[in-house]
Amino acid sequence: MAKDLVTALADLKEEEALKIVKDRLSAGEDSLKILEDARKGMEIVGNRFTSSDYFIPDLVYSGEILKEVTELVKPKLSKAVESKKLGKIVFGTVAGDIHDIGKDIVVFMLDVNGFEVHDLGIDVPVQKFVDKIKETGAPIVGLSGFLALAFDSMKETVEAIKAAGLRDKIKIMIGGGQMSDEIKNYTGADAYGKDAMAGVSLAKKWIGAS
Amino acid sequence: MEKQWEEMTSDERQETLFQRWISAEGVKFASPEAEKLYKERTTRFKNALQLKTEPDRIPVFLIPSFGPAYYAGLTPHDLMYNYEKITPTWKKFYMDFQPDAHSGAFVPSPGKFLEIVDFKLYKWPAHGVSEDTTYQCIEGEYMRADEYDFFNHNVLYFFNNVWPSRVFGALEPLGMLPPLAGVTEMYGVSIPFIPYGTPPVQAALKTLMEAGEEALKWIGAVGAFGPEITAEGFPACQVGVTKAPFDVIGDTLRGTRGVMLDMYRQPDKLLEAMEILTPTFIKLGVDAAKQYGCPLIFMPLHKGADGFLSDEQFKKFYWPSFRNILLALIDEGVVPFIWAEGGYNSRLEIIQDLPKGKTAWLFDQTDMARAKETIGKVACIAGNMPMDMLTVGSTQGAIDYTKRLIDVCGKDGGYIMANGAFFDEVKWDNLRAIVDTIKKYGAYK
Repeated sequence: MAKDLVTALADLKEEEALKIVKDRLSAGEDSLKILEDARKGMEIVGNRFTSSDYFIPDLVYSGEILKEVTELVKPKLSKAVESKKLGKIVFGTVAGDIHDIGKDIVVFMLDVNGFEVHDLGIDVPVQKFVDKIKETGAPIVGLSGFLALAFDSMKETVEAIKAAGLRDKIKIMIGGGQMSDEIKNYTGADAYGKDAMAGVSLAKKWIGAS
Repeated sequence: MEKQWEEMTSDERQETLFQRWISAEGVKFASPEAEKLYKERTTRFKNALQLKTEPDRIPVFLIPSFGPAYYAGLTPHDLMYNYEKITPTWKKFYMDFQPDAHSGAFVPSPGKFLEIVDFKLYKWPAHGVSEDTTYQCIEGEYMRADEYDFFNHNVLYFFNNVWPSRVFGALEPLGMLPPLAGVTEMYGVSIPFIPYGTPPVQAALKTLMEAGEEALKWIGAVGAFGPEITAEGFPACQVGVTKAPFDVIGDTLRGTRGVMLDMYRQPDKLLEAMEILTPTFIKLGVDAAKQYGCPLIFMPLHKGADGFLSDEQFKKFYWPSFRNILLALIDEGVVPFIWAEGGYNSRLEIIQDLPKGKTAWLFDQTDMARAKETIGKVACIAGNMPMDMLTVGSTQGAIDYTKRLIDVCGKDGGYIMANGAFFDEVKWDNLRAIVDTIKKYGAYK
């Protein structure tokens, strides 16, 4: 049995991970340390996904284990966790489209790679993107979409960002289902990311972290 | 004397189904020219599918979502609430574009029916999405993680009572109805009927009758499309549908997240459920092929695409029960027309393990050169016209891409030109150019 939480989480050993957390909590250990280990475990999960050793089900399962770990730890947390983030990103599935599997994966990967992701969810109205960019001052926006109808929603979102006078300050990436470089040009976004890893590379490049 | 069905080999059965399709017995064609076109088109598909001889040219197949509605300047909502408009709208699309087959006009579901039953599984025009937008599925756990044992031992009861009580709001009381297996003796024979007397169940039963009447009205209008378009020389192709068991569970029973967690937490129960579903989904395909008189059966694939599963997971959870369904359909002479949505690059080697000339694989974003070199050796490949080419690309770009597909996939036959994903509103000139390019450059010498 894996003794440390980092390995148990990285190897997707659900029962072991939870047992370790319970043992450490009852031994009176600082909950922040436990969460830090969980974060390290998730980082390994993210790396394994990047290297194609892990696939979507592994991400979903690791997210599920992390949720259970957080629920165990939460009641004992004395203060909010603060960790230094690489940068802020506003993310969402564009208006009219309710698909979230792809979006959730990119958000997950950005999160484990150290970004502060403001996930607006699905079917996000144009104005909501604009408002969130203003509120957070995020320099990067990610637009997700699965259906062909998202082509126009993305275009409208990019135009609204422009109309709000924010276009020069931010970089916009698109991705999902039927997206391509051709669609990137059509929408006026800055880049198309073929998969979650491409999304992370773009974000890192744009904030100068890669 | 003619061989009986039971005595035939699968080759003979397939040939029999193809001959029935080609002969179109009982069809009154609009003109001798329409009849000639029909025979040419069905024969073209048959030759492309069987991989025995080259067809006269590459068949071209356009499979729309609500495309014909947009083409006619109507919204999906217009057709869902005016059933009489469906047949003329769909017919105009096929008459104008002249592809080699049609796939029915069942895309516009009856809106009023969906309202009567309070369908919760999808958003539809003016019910969660705008009037000019297509359907979108609402992912959820319509079967709970702890229900596998129940499901695996009561699959029919689950589909007849539990499932409808969850996806049709107005049929929720059906979940209260007990199985009637206990009614095999005199004593207590009336007891399982007691819930049928309660007001909620009676209301649900009345809803069922109303829903049935509405569905009849709809088919009364849509049913005309098949015979009318066939009479004009367009064969029905892949009108019937069946699915891979992993998708049955992952799409709308447990949901994507649910089925993925089940692979780790209760793999044996998931495998058992897929085995239990297999005969039902074999029968769906075989019956549909007979009903519609076309050997091709549509099989949309979802959760086995690149990235959704590891190779090991695909081999363990997705492929075996799916392959069993394919082999059983093939044995009955049915030709599964499989739609591999998304990318299927990592699966091309695995899926080659099939008998030759018995399946068609339509690819969305897969590398077609590799597809031709792998699965293309044992099966007809199809598709790959990308959505961006149809919606935002130039007409010349669509023509060039079509020519590339002819070169890469068309060699020695075994390719059907088709769109990679269902389409709604597209650039109609691009669509027309694709059909024309195939007709001009897709002929075999």
